[in-house]
Amino acid sequence: MAEKVIAGYSVDVTEEGYLTDRSQWNKEIAVELAKEVGIEELTEDHWKVIDFLQKDFEENGKMPTIRRLKKAGNIPTKELYDLFPDGPLGKAAKIAGLSKPASCV
Amino acid sequence: MSEGEKINKVSIIISKGSLEGIYPGLIMANGARMSGIEVNLFFTFFGMDAITKKKMNNIKVATVGNPAMGIPTLIGALPGMSSFATNKMKKKMEELDIPPVDEFIEMISDAGGKIFACLATVEMFDLKKEDFVDQLDEILTVGDFYKLSAGGQIIFT
Repeated sequence: MAEKVIAGYSVDVTEEGYLTDRSQWNKEIAVELAKEVGIEELTEDHWKVIDFLQKDFEENGKMPTIRRLKKAGNIPTKELYDLFPDGPLGKAAKIAGLSKPASCV
Repeated sequence: MSEGEKINKVSIIISKGSLEGIYPGLIMANGARMSGIEVNLFFTFFGMDAITKKKMNNIKVATVGNPAMGIPTLIGALPGMSSFATNKMKKKMEELDIPPVDEFIEMISDAGGKIFACLATVEMFDLKKEDFVDQLDEILTVGDFYKLSAGGQIIFT
């Protein structure tokens, strides 16, 4: 674990750059984390995914799967991969200030 | 491949038609897309059941000739044993959010994975393009498969 300054805020992150304390997260940090994973601008559709991840994590205490994003979050898999290319769940989780997904599906 | 280098592309061959023959390849293919790795899925012999409309939702666990199941062969051969074991496993997979075969193929295709059938098997089983799921990209010769696998890793299951 390390301390890092993102968007002017000092936050705790894992070796791979995932926030370890969700209470340190805010939208300015999200914008910077998005740039870190190659997403220059967070659109409304990106936020829809981020909001669902956070809400679902809050309710169930674990990261939803891509299947759950489709079924419960109404986010088509194709769209998810278009929004967050090359590793959608990991990238979206990082931007949302959640831990790295630990599931194989 | 040197240390620290990322895998960019995998081509996974699924050759067996049992549940335990099909799922590992599907999970690896989906997991590759989730990690930003390009994926080709090549179905051959009975593995092709996974993308054949009539067969794909009737995939079963092998309870005979499968010592790891821990069921004696004679018991495993009893009517209904395979269905029983399959249902138990499917229930557990549903809990883990591992989708049924048809949904899994759709998910991998939506994720950008390519789905191919082996020409030799298609001819051997007298199948046509319309016997396969809509997600099928192409029926390929072995030569074409090697061609499109160039520069990546090939995994046989």
